[in-house]
Amino acid sequence: MQFSEQWLRSLVNPALDSDALCHLLTMAGLEVEEVSPVAPDFSGVVVAQIVSFEKHPNADKLKVCAVDIGTGELQQIVCGAPNVFAGMKAPCARVGAKLPGFDIKAAKLRGVESFGMMCSSRELGLDEDHGGLMVLPEDAPVGTDVRQYLSLDDKLITIKLTPNRADCLSLMGVAREVSALTATPLQAPQIKAVPAALEARREVVLNAPKAGPRYLGRVLRDVNTQAPTPAWMRQRLERCGVRSISAVVDVTNYVMLELGQPLHAFDDDTLKGAIHVRHPAAGEQITLLNGQVVDLLPDHLLIADESRPLALAGVMGGEASGVGDNTRNVFLESAFFQPDAIAGRARALGFSSDASHRFERGVDPELAPVAMERATALILEICGGQAGAVVEAISTADMPVRARVTLGADRARKVIGVDIPTAEMAAIFERLGMRTEVAGERITVQAPSYRFDIEIEEDLIEEVARVFGYDNIPPVPPMGPMRMLPQSEGATPAHRLRRRVAARDYQEIVSFAFVEEAWERDFAGNADPIRLANPIASQLAVMRSSLIGGLIGVLDTNIRRRASRVRLFEIGRCFSRDAQGVPVEGYAQPLRLAGLAWGPAVAEQWGTATRRVDFFDVKADVEALLGDRASYVAATHPALHPGRCAAVVVDGKQIGVVGELHPAWVQKYDLSTAPVVFELDLSRALEASVPAARDLTRQPSVTRDLALVVPVKLPAGELVEALRAAAPEIVRSVAVFDVYTGKGIDPEHKSIALRAVLQHTERTLEETEIEQAMNALVQAAEQKFGAHLRA
Amino acid sequence: MSQLDEILLQAQTAFAQATDSNALEQAKALFLGKSGQITELLKGLGKLDAEARRAAGAEINACKTAVEAALEARRDALRTAALEQQLAAEALDVTLPGRGAGHGGLHPVTRTQERYETLFHSIGFEVADGPEIETDWYNFTALNTPENHPARSMHDTFYLQNGENVLLRTHTSPVQIRAMQAHAKLHAGKDVMPDLRIIAPGRVYRVDSDATHSPMFHQVEGLWVGKDISFAGMKGVIIDFLQRFFETEELQVRLRPSFFPFTEPSAEIDFAFMTGPNKGRWLEISGCGMVHPNVLRFGGIDPEKYTGFAFGMGLDRLTMLRYGVNDLRQFFENDLRFLSQFSE
Repeated sequence: MQFSEQWLRSLVNPALDSDALCHLLTMAGLEVEEVSPVAPDFSGVVVAQIVSFEKHPNADKLKVCAVDIGTGELQQIVCGAPNVFAGMKAPCARVGAKLPGFDIKAAKLRGVESFGMMCSSRELGLDEDHGGLMVLPEDAPVGTDVRQYLSLDDKLITIKLTPNRADCLSLMGVAREVSALTATPLQAPQIKAVPAALEARREVVLNAPKAGPRYLGRVLRDVNTQAPTPAWMRQRLERCGVRSISAVVDVTNYVMLELGQPLHAFDDDTLKGAIHVRHPAAGEQITLLNGQVVDLLPDHLLIADESRPLALAGVMGGEASGVGDNTRNVFLESAFFQPDAIAGRARALGFSSDASHRFERGVDPELAPVAMERATALILEICGGQAGAVVEAISTADMPVRARVTLGADRARKVIGVDIPTAEMAAIFERLGMRTEVAGERITVQAPSYRFDIEIEEDLIEEVARVFGYDNIPPVPPMGPMRMLPQSEGATPAHRLRRRVAARDYQEIVSFAFVEEAWERDFAGNADPIRLANPIASQLAVMRSSLIGGLIGVLDTNIRRRASRVRLFEIGRCFSRDAQGVPVEGYAQPLRLAGLAWGPAVAEQWGTATRRVDFFDVKADVEALLGDRASYVAATHPALHPGRCAAVVVDGKQIGVVGELHPAWVQKYDLSTAPVVFELDLSRALEASVPAARDLTRQPSVTRDLALVVPVKLPAGELVEALRAAAPEIVRSVAVFDVYTGKGIDPEHKSIALRAVLQHTERTLEETEIEQAMNALVQAAEQKFGAHLRA
Repeated sequence: MSQLDEILLQAQTAFAQATDSNALEQAKALFLGKSGQITELLKGLGKLDAEARRAAGAEINACKTAVEAALEARRDALRTAALEQQLAAEALDVTLPGRGAGHGGLHPVTRTQERYETLFHSIGFEVADGPEIETDWYNFTALNTPENHPARSMHDTFYLQNGENVLLRTHTSPVQIRAMQAHAKLHAGKDVMPDLRIIAPGRVYRVDSDATHSPMFHQVEGLWVGKDISFAGMKGVIIDFLQRFFETEELQVRLRPSFFPFTEPSAEIDFAFMTGPNKGRWLEISGCGMVHPNVLRFGGIDPEKYTGFAFGMGLDRLTMLRYGVNDLRQFFENDLRFLSQFSE
């Protein structure tokens, strides 16, 4: 909310300068977002009258004016403005004046002396209008300082109000707060009832008293809606950021800004019969003042007459019944609607109005009659006319009742953590206008009608803390028993895993969880991804079920920025539909770890031949992360080359993949060469086991090599696994150390060279045992895969 | 010059002339070998009488020792020379870079998250996690923000198509509820529930995208519930954190009253550096407050017996302030030239 500091100071004027006042507001929870002066610094500018003028002898566009600046002696001033006329009043910068950016001196203009300068509003820094001199009203007193005459020594203060402080959405509300915080008396405007001068009245019926429990209406006749809004009111409205529209509308806005009560003015001649405050019937529609046609819903609240809906209560008036240029008779509304009945309705329609903003946060239910009188008096004063009686309908049972709330002073001290005396708390409540009773350590208060946020003990604790001052509460380290936190060795902390991946030359990235739909299709084979209802952009419209798309996207970004080697990883959540999803039903949201390597295997360097990163480089990284737990079997994956893709398997379950990007995607995504990627389930990747040490044996170990010729398609992993399964206990390990195809081996076969390490825990092995064990391996390979020893 | 002196001089000369170990061994043979000069002299001793033999023997032996010393000295010199030659031949240009794989790095926000977790862990906070597709109930209702509450308009929420009451969480606060529920369940039936201390870092989402907003960003939630938790304690913990995180006590910190549906009293925390480029500027860093009794109740905890405080901070913002990053969007563009600045 933006307002004029001078308007506020007319209601409460504490002995604080602007900065101190703003600090006070901020520290009381009414955060001052911006303070800006109404006008830039200038001096020596007065109200002046152009008594007469004649054409400049040497310039067509200039005029030589005789100007009264209130000194008793006319000044000769040369002026080029097109709108000059005799008798005109305008600001004049006297000789010696300081304007924004320049000083005024006596000067000769094309040979004619000029003692000062007549000013446009742009020259004074008030706005951008440079069409001519700034025209001042006829009654402006000549010689008066313009700053004083136009109240330019004012500041515009913008405060950001939290939703609980609707009571401060008016000048009176802010003034009340300032008065309470500084113990400065409040100078509220004097509001007197305007007696009825007419019989005219319109009955009011509350058909939905729970939503709209109080409605006041009044007929005003012979109102001149064309009357100009007085300058002082226009100025206050403008300084609150409200554009002047017409006198009647301006008055309703003015009273809303001053007191906080939204009002609405109808053209009385468009109304038929009594006014009803009701919910819509099925199928009803209304066209609002902003032109929007609304299909009314059962939970909307309407102001209607006997023939049609007139306004969306507390939100916006209707187009057909509004006050226009030809309006002579006005029906003025001042009402209270329950916050629940208004909240969210405007937002659902895609806008917000001053009225809905206030009603949904809570308007003082006792304010409606006061605001009605204030607005009536102002309209009659400005526009003339007569007022009928105020017709009020109220459902007392449905009006908000301010609960009596009890505060335990001990509890307040405990929650705040400061020894604030009970009496001081009670004094705080009194200053805030609350009815306060103290009984020992218990303080019972009843909040004023304008406070909607005092319902429970915590609300009172907050008021005590706020007025006591958050700054006055000391920071204290809290006490607790010294207990250690569990540290499971059975799981690697995610940050440690991150560092391990980074140590293998991968840079961590963070990419958006919503991605392009094409990525889901191409890299995850997901034709029906989880879609956002309201994405910010079409390429960020679906939730990712794999991290691979994001990695490719970042690869692309960096290739465009001329990176020649890219290695990335990310830990992030992926999303898929899953009826058994935990903890949110219907969705699986596992964390995954994924990496990508593209370009040279190692950064180009002097001592190493450059070669492209390949499957086995990245597989080595995955092996380093997972250790011996994982095995790898040939697999397919939508993103990956079908012949260069392995499923990562732990305890018989697939926990991820590693492979080279499918050539089709390399081409489609314009990547020049194929990246190698991996993606793992994070929780499985973090699993670790506590080491269980075995005694070392002193017996010597024996190494034997074996070259087996097997079908070329047989995966080495399968062979090794089979050999390990068939191996007698003395075989400690079996590992591949070479794979050979080519000369000497027919093209349908390959030779796999294996190294076995044999050892007995208690004695030296005998040659026969070793031979038997090696034969057992060969036999197993023969039986399972038709293998034979290489000649 | 005696004969022995002559031999010694000859030996010294011969050794000095030997330029490698072979030549030196040949020279040695001339004096100390089977028929070397000194060996021959020693053989001749037998012809002398006992008295003369002793005297001559001593002289010859002294000479022999001197020859041996000269031999050893020359051996040393040759060894040293050979080693030096080898070393000179093997010298490398050590200014060439080391070979092999490089190293990557962490994302700056993760780096901050890790520091954050470490600092809070040091006073007994555990890390809690929660889902990013969250229910309306956990994201809003259980945080005392019923439907139509004006506070909901403070959040621009992403919703899912065809999703019943599910959304992308707008803050990490729903983890509070999940953590309280789990804690209350774990300690149900006990006279006194132990304190619950958690932080919950993670990604959150809001429909907002401009120079200072990203539709996905990072928050971290903190929660401490127990028997004696006060606003003053909250202030203590948060100021402590800011001083440790920025590694300076030269900070001004202020709390101003604010409003969040899930805390009361609520505060915004601003702080200002006393040195550096941001000196004296108030920087908003956190929203915090005492957990609202309704929220405790939704978490299964009795607000009459326990109180708590909660706070939320932006990890991205902490990272920006710590490392002098000026544009939030850089965190999500993932330009390697930017990210590589944060590797260790």
